[in-house]
Amino acid sequence: MRWIWIDRFVEFVPGRRAVTIKNVSLAEEHLHDHWRDFPIQPASLMIEGMAQTAGILVGQARDFKEKVILAKISKAEFNDIVLPGDQITYEADIEFIAPEAAATRGVVRKNGEVIGEVNLMFSHVDRNMAGLDFPKENFVFTGSLERMVAPFLEKPDA
Amino acid sequence: MPMTESEVFETVKEALVDALGLDDDEVTPEATLTGDLGAESIDFLDIVFRLEKAFNIKIPRGELFPDNILNDPGLLQDGKLTDAGLAQLKERMPHADFGDFEQDPDVSKMADLFKVQTIVNYVVGKLAG
Repeated sequence: MRWIWIDRFVEFVPGRRAVTIKNVSLAEEHLHDHWRDFPIQPASLMIEGMAQTAGILVGQARDFKEKVILAKISKAEFNDIVLPGDQITYEADIEFIAPEAAATRGVVRKNGEVIGEVNLMFSHVDRNMAGLDFPKENFVFTGSLERMVAPFLEKPDA
Repeated sequence: MPMTESEVFETVKEALVDALGLDDDEVTPEATLTGDLGAESIDFLDIVFRLEKAFNIKIPRGELFPDNILNDPGLLQDGKLTDAGLAQLKERMPHADFGDFEQDPDVSKMADLFKVQTIVNYVVGKLAG
């Protein structure tokens, strides 16, 4: 099973902004138990969707050389529920990027209408403030997430 | 008109309430950031960023919250700062109050130097130019 909670990028401005969509389908297993008689998209997975959108934006801003992980959920508020058949849009904007961390602001939409706000902070794992060592290989960006954003990036000159 | 210290305190309080998800009345001048207010390393960066925005100042890395404070093991002895270590720390943090820490300069208590008042002192100093 792949832990990917976004379907496609629809906008990508390197270093600035990223927008993704995620279609919620009754065929998805997590909805079968959440909840059996009233399936709704869990807020935790919408936060994850925003984290993936924003995390790729932050990671790409440094050419995916850093391992970027979610460090803090500064704010996560939703004022509506999302049902099977709805399309979620995650809009993420970079608030700041520093060598060791980054902060993003984000808006969540349901079928185009704003239903939530999710602001996050990410840590660049190798430059982390606790001074910890991590494995050399990049276990965050393994290929699948970067491939999603590749069409938006200009091809480097040969 | 320059800001008074109490105006600075109110703005610092707002930044901490936002960054740490606190209630207004939890932020007192003597409250320690990590001990009383539950701040963690990622929060320190968030706090610095919010202060820069709120006061329109630049806070160079390590100036408000010095990192790698004591690189020289000669400045420590048996888990406490030596006189030289204490002197160097005071130089790096002119905005902190060393009254209590001086009595028992235990390394494990260094985090208590970072109080809300420490931030207020720093900002007042920065705004004075």
